[in-house]
This record gives sequence, structure tokens and C-alpha cells, in this order.
Amino acid sequence: MRLFVLALALSLAGPAIADSNLPPAYWAYRQLPDPKQEAKANALMEELRCLVCQGQSIADSDADLAGDMRDLVRRRIAAGEKPEAIRTWLIERYGDWISYRPRAEPITWPLWGAPIVLLILGGALVAGRIRGKRA
Amino acid sequence: MNRALRLLPVILVIWIVGTFAWRLIEPNDPTIRSQLVNRSIPPFQLAAAIPGAAGLKSADLATGKPRLLNLFASWCVPCVGEAPILAELHRRGVEIDGIAIRDTPGGLNAFLQRYGNPYSRIGSDPTSRAQLALGSAGVPETFVIDGKGVMRLQHVGPIYESDIPIILDALEKAR
Repeated sequence: MRLFVLALALSLAGPAIADSNLPPAYWAYRQLPDPKQEAKANALMEELRCLVCQGQSIADSDADLAGDMRDLVRRRIAAGEKPEAIRTWLIERYGDWISYRPRAEPITWPLWGAPIVLLILGGALVAGRIRGKRA
Repeated sequence: MNRALRLLPVILVIWIVGTFAWRLIEPNDPTIRSQLVNRSIPPFQLAAAIPGAAGLKSADLATGKPRLLNLFASWCVPCVGEAPILAELHRRGVEIDGIAIRDTPGGLNAFLQRYGNPYSRIGSDPTSRAQLALGSAGVPETFVIDGKGVMRLQHVGPIYESDIPIILDALEKAR
């Protein structure tokens, strides 16, 4: 029994070392020297989803792949590429899912329209109440 | 009007509970699929992952014959499980190219010596650049590429024995 537990513990210990062989990419944990460019890169990184920890942005995640994505974003911004072009490049590969900022497309119209509709409904409700009190 | 309004909270509660129940019974599939399936693979050029071997560029994949592109790493545990299946596919005449993700020549050599080397070429991708260009989200992943360099199938995760017919079928269709 004790041997079995030991074997089980050892077999579970393997995946714990499943981390890559290389140190983080150059720009993974470094800021760009130009503060304007760094601000642009950071704004974009906060809106890109990490492919490993799917609830986090790549700015928040410590996954190797998120570091490599930050490296990619910073390199391209430093090379003069527009943040929206980088976002589009990633959406082409991973779908709308990769970006936290929904695009204004027919499928997302309800999402953009909902606040306006709710505001009108709320306004109507308040107007009805005020009128009701006066009467 | 008044009656319908009174029913509204009940409808809302049923709707919310229903949504929870639906996602509990049928959880969201977290697999990330590449949007490049049935499109040309993007251009990339990778240096050889181990000294003396061939590197890998996207043009090497469009050779007129379908081939497999396997993204793997020596630090990736499921890749070990997949190795005998890749060896079996190689034995059956399937041409396989590899991209080693974030790997070192030392680790890779040890891995290939221990688990076999079914690869014609292995490109090194130290910062996951080619992986991101391909729309892949992890290791191992395997792509079926047809003779013109068009991605025909993406297999996410290790290839199990039961996946062999699916892979062979996709290779046959890509001919």
C-alpha cells in the first residue's frame, strides 16, 4: 500500500516540472524604452486573452506563451505597427475570442445596443412614476 | 400589462437557472481552434533545432505531398505519450516535420534519443513565434498540411492510437 502511494505520488510529480526549457522572451518582462509606445503596448496587452490561463489577459498572466505574446506585441509596436493591426492579426488566427474588446459587427450589435435600450426603458419607468405621483 | 410585469421576475429566474443548468450539464469546450484550417499556412523560417539537422521553413511543407506538422517540446509530458504513435505513423510512410517550442538542443537530443526521432526536419521556435503565426495554443498539436501548403486539419493535444485512422484519413483526403 505504502509503495502504491509512493508510486502514485511520483507519477503525479512528473507534470509539475512541465515548464519550458528556456528563460522568458526578451520583451516579456521588460518595458519599451519609449513610454508612449509602452503605454500603447500595455493598453493592447490588457485586452488580449491569454491562451493558457483563459480568464486572464496576457498582461496579467505568467504563462510562457503569454510572455511570448507580450514579446510579440512590444516588438511590433516598437517597429511602428498600429495596435489595431496586431489585434486583427491575432483575431485572424484565434478568432474574436482572443480579444476582450468586442468588435462592432452584426453579431455584437445587441451587446452595444443593450445599454441604450436599458437607458430608454429606465427613463420611461422613471417618467411614468413621476407622472403617477403628480396625478 | 400589470400581470405580465409581475411574471417578469419569475421568467428571469427560470432563464438564469436554466442557463446555469445548461452550462453545468454541458461545460464549455475550452479547446482553442486555429482559424487557419483550410487556409494557406503563414510564412515562417526556423533555424535547425539541433545542430547538424535541417531547419524548417513554411515552403518545406508545400512539397506536393501531404505531411504532418507536429508542434512538440522535450519538456512537454503529453508529447512523450504521443511519441510511439508518431513513430507508428512514420513507419507507415507518413512524412512528419516538427517544430520544437521553447526548447534547447540538449533537452531535445535527450528526448529524441529516448523516444525516437520520426521527424524529417525540426525547426526551433524559441519564442513561440511560429506557433502564434499558426494559431496554435499549446503543445502537442499536429497539423495535416496538403501538398500546396494549405492547413487541412488541426489536432489539439496528444495523438492517441484511436486517432490514427482520423489522421491517415485526413492525409488521404489532402492528397
